[in-house]
Amino acid sequence: MDILSLFVVVPVITILALFLAKGLKQSRIVAMAGSLVQLAMAFHLVYAYVKERAINDDIMVFMRDVVWYEDFNIHYAIGVDGISVALITLTAIVVLAGVFISWMMEDLPKEFFVSLIVLATGVYGFFISIDLFTMFVFYEIAVIPMYLLIGIWGTGPKEHAAMKLTLMLMGASAVLLVGILGIYLNSNADGGPLTFNILEIAQVNIPFAAQQLFFPLTFIGFAVLGALFPFHTWSPDGHASAPTAVSMLHAGVLMKLGGYGVFRVAMFLLPEGAMDWSWFFIILSATGVIYGALGAVRQTDLKYINAYSSVSHLGMVLFALLMLNKTAWTGAILQSLSHGFMTALFFALIGMIYGRTKTRDIYKLGGLLKVIPFISVVYVIAGMASLGLPGFSGFTAEMNIFVGAFQHTDMFHRVATIVSISAIVVTAVYILRVIGLMLMGPVKSEFKDLPKVRWYEVTGILLLLIPITALGVAPLWISDLIMESIKPFIQGVIQ
Amino acid sequence: MNFSYTILIPLIPFVVFLILGLNHKRIKPAVSGYIGVFGLMASAFLSYFTAYKYFFTVPKIDGIYQQITHKTVWMNFTDTLHIDMGVLIDPISIMMLIVVTTISLLVHIYSRGYMKGDPGYTKFFAFLGLFTFSMLGLVLATNLFQIYIFWELVGVSSFLLIGYYYTKPSAIIAAKKAFIVTRFADLFFLIGIITIGFYTGTFDFETLNDPTGEVITNWASTSFMGLSVLTWALILIFIGGAGKSAMFPLHIWLPDAMEGPTPVSALIHAATMVVAGVYLVARLFPMYYFIEDGFALNIVAYVGGFSSLFAAIIAITQKDIKRVLAFSTMSQIGYMMMALGVSGYDGHEGVGYMASMFHLFTHSMFKALLFLGAGSVIHAVHSNMMGDMGNLKKYMPITNITFLIAAFAIAGVPPFAGFWSKDEILVAAFEYSKPLYAVGLIVAGLTAFYMFRLYFSIFHGKKTAYKHTPHEAPASMTFPLLFLAVMSVVAGFIPFSNFVTANKEPFEAHLNYPLAAIAVATGLIGIILAYVFYKNPTEYPAKCRKAFGSFYKWAYAKFYMDELYFFVTRKIIFNCVSQPIAWFDKNVIDAFMEGIGSGTLKASEKTKKMQSGYFQDYAMAFVGGVVVISIVLIYIFKN
Repeated sequence: MDILSLFVVVPVITILALFLAKGLKQSRIVAMAGSLVQLAMAFHLVYAYVKERAINDDIMVFMRDVVWYEDFNIHYAIGVDGISVALITLTAIVVLAGVFISWMMEDLPKEFFVSLIVLATGVYGFFISIDLFTMFVFYEIAVIPMYLLIGIWGTGPKEHAAMKLTLMLMGASAVLLVGILGIYLNSNADGGPLTFNILEIAQVNIPFAAQQLFFPLTFIGFAVLGALFPFHTWSPDGHASAPTAVSMLHAGVLMKLGGYGVFRVAMFLLPEGAMDWSWFFIILSATGVIYGALGAVRQTDLKYINAYSSVSHLGMVLFALLMLNKTAWTGAILQSLSHGFMTALFFALIGMIYGRTKTRDIYKLGGLLKVIPFISVVYVIAGMASLGLPGFSGFTAEMNIFVGAFQHTDMFHRVATIVSISAIVVTAVYILRVIGLMLMGPVKSEFKDLPKVRWYEVTGILLLLIPITALGVAPLWISDLIMESIKPFIQGVIQ
Repeated sequence: MNFSYTILIPLIPFVVFLILGLNHKRIKPAVSGYIGVFGLMASAFLSYFTAYKYFFTVPKIDGIYQQITHKTVWMNFTDTLHIDMGVLIDPISIMMLIVVTTISLLVHIYSRGYMKGDPGYTKFFAFLGLFTFSMLGLVLATNLFQIYIFWELVGVSSFLLIGYYYTKPSAIIAAKKAFIVTRFADLFFLIGIITIGFYTGTFDFETLNDPTGEVITNWASTSFMGLSVLTWALILIFIGGAGKSAMFPLHIWLPDAMEGPTPVSALIHAATMVVAGVYLVARLFPMYYFIEDGFALNIVAYVGGFSSLFAAIIAITQKDIKRVLAFSTMSQIGYMMMALGVSGYDGHEGVGYMASMFHLFTHSMFKALLFLGAGSVIHAVHSNMMGDMGNLKKYMPITNITFLIAAFAIAGVPPFAGFWSKDEILVAAFEYSKPLYAVGLIVAGLTAFYMFRLYFSIFHGKKTAYKHTPHEAPASMTFPLLFLAVMSVVAGFIPFSNFVTANKEPFEAHLNYPLAAIAVATGLIGIILAYVFYKNPTEYPAKCRKAFGSFYKWAYAKFYMDELYFFVTRKIIFNCVSQPIAWFDKNVIDAFMEGIGSGTLKASEKTKKMQSGYFQDYAMAFVGGVVVISIVLIYIFKN
């Protein structure tokens, strides 16, 4: 068994083991063990990747190719570069943290953890695939469990939210499928067999007309998952209704599939289409950045605030990808990682606060710093990270994006860049608003005695907090790792 | 010469922060105070040692102080553009090291008395450590991005310390305001930095500031709207500096920042963080001076001059002693900015630069003293308001005498420290522009007046009956007062022009007797007026208020700047932008998406009914269809 396929096999084994487990206690132990193994594998993969990279300068390493369906030349083709390795590590950490945060999941624990791990399987599979079709299949595997997770374990108008989320993402998948098929049908310029393999397609010059037609389809298909304005409305409702661990996984990992797909498929395979269409999507994504931030200012529900904040931060990822240069792309990947850890941490904290106070309305909360100091202090730290304070991951990511975006000298890019940069002020406004209303202020009588933070909560928090700080304090190694991997991808879009 | 050990100067306070912050429940207050004080002592000692080593043992080359850097790459942007982390040793960074570590050490000592019994005692010292670390990192920065990184960190430490009494709503609002206003300014700062990075290919101070280097000589190569892009970048960077240094119109956060504990006001909002903007301009001075013949520097001069006058007028009217001091700080920083703005570069022409740094140094001493003295008073009377004080000289002799010394120093009375630095500023302004000199002189008079108004109202004036008899502060608080009082006298005698100059080449500075005499006379007039008005309760202040009428009201209300901002942010941005966006999101975008869903549902609901299976329905539809089609046909073929 190769090192990459294990990332799909181990979750499947975990799922089988979960079927044997009984009750909450056994299920959570199994889920935790499975995720721990997964995390260890992720760390090992990082190590192995760095070692392999030193002697191997292919675009992708650890490649493996098995024919899956010969008639259409569909393969189970896998391989990773620095970017997928980084995102796999993100996934492993967030999944484990999610399991810890759901330590007390009383409702149908076994089924809950099964759905969670199925989702993770899809995500891992997506990140290791280099065959478009396989990628798409894993993508669907990751999206479908969301419906169950929100519909069954959610709160509030959960059926509606689950329906909305799933339908919008399915709609996007349909568009995406057309895009992928378009790429597939144009993958044989020299008359050879059609192929789904990304690396092979990249060798082929897809005609400009086809690129122009299929780039927007592929881009939108992926970017809806990355909360592209104006297709973002599934996200606030979906997150508000979802249980904590699902919000964490969804915002922390699943939404990253959008940016990753745009980068790996749309930008890599359709570079001329990207250059042709970039102006249009720059308008949408820059709007999304500032729109999400301004939208968050007026929300009163913690989860809505965080969901709009995600629209803004992920808008930044798409914006950076559309800047079509190395620095901005490095920023996009760093921002994906950073947002993944940060937003998972936020949702975890919101879950803990909600679990204790039974409300997410910031006007009803107040003075939590005195009552639950640990959670509150971490909330402040997460907030500071989110508003791009140096020393945390958000800063390094955003600076790469801004410096990269500034490489374009024309007025259009300049204006779009300045609009996006100005979001850092708005972000400060909504973050401080929450801190001021919810954490500071006099202690409210109804929240005088809240349960103290538990060990599994602390573990979950620390798992997420450590990478945020590490990326922020010493970004050199990881940003160089990512930048190296970006080089082959940038070739197509360098004019 | 190896100065790499200087990295320890910021790192020690950071370690203190980590120790105290992570164990703030376990460490006893008494112990945490000592940890903080000893940590800062080590840093201060290293700073003094560095100063000695740099000024007296490192040989000058061609009579010029050398710039020594140690740095390492922190993050790569492109193959050539990267952020470095490191230390830059030159005269101004050493001067700032001394200022920051000295004041911070004294504030640490003082806080052991002032914060005694506070439930967050250890946390307080942790925050002080964090702030000191950030400020020292800022001072030692080798490049623009490093300065920006620490710039943000001092901003957040300031936020934490202003909001230290976090259960108090006014403190929360003040902390938020300080953070958001400075962040708004930092937005411009950041854009300026990125612009410089893009057009010059470096963030490094050494490369940027070289007067004969490519950056400065090629400033005209790219222009934007009639000005060099670099001039624009420098203006943007100055906006960042103006935000942190509370220059008009970005000053509105500073008076409110007084909600923080008084030692914090002394450290952050009087002596160190608020002068970061001045330091920033001084750090980039060759760029400001040479690029486009100092166009951006002109702006610095006028903004500084205006702010100093504006703040001095407001300071006269305020009743809260900390607000008076806050506006006084703003006014004095305006002075420093103005001095930089009017400065030349070579030799004696650079007197403005030297004076600005000199004033920064002396001001940090006497302003910290004023704040700590005010803290001692507040500690004794439990009030910030002048109206609750009076005749305190009887109860607090040490505070009284040290406060008086500081007041003399800031009023520019010889031989106190402020006299020497202020005099140089006025000399520089006189040579550059007469209107600015006039502003400087008026401000000098106003400063003397409001400062002695403050002094007389607190320590003399009416005999207030106190509920608890006020008493002198403990030794931990009076020691820093005495130390700073000594500094407020002797700091003026430091031959600053031998150490800190624009082109790093020492020159002889001389006292300009006529100008000095005018300045001193103005100051004395201010003091005498204050004596007449406030030494004993009189009718004059009320009469004056009446005479000035609405102007007094405007000044008392700080010229309604807060209301203006409030109107813009709350009424316009919240109600006219954010609210409609929330509405638009819900009722247009989301409704459209929902509409697709429910539209599909409804359509299928409707079409479902059509296939009822009843023959009559189909017949009805058929007949209806025939009728409709017949009518249409008849209508068409009628003519």
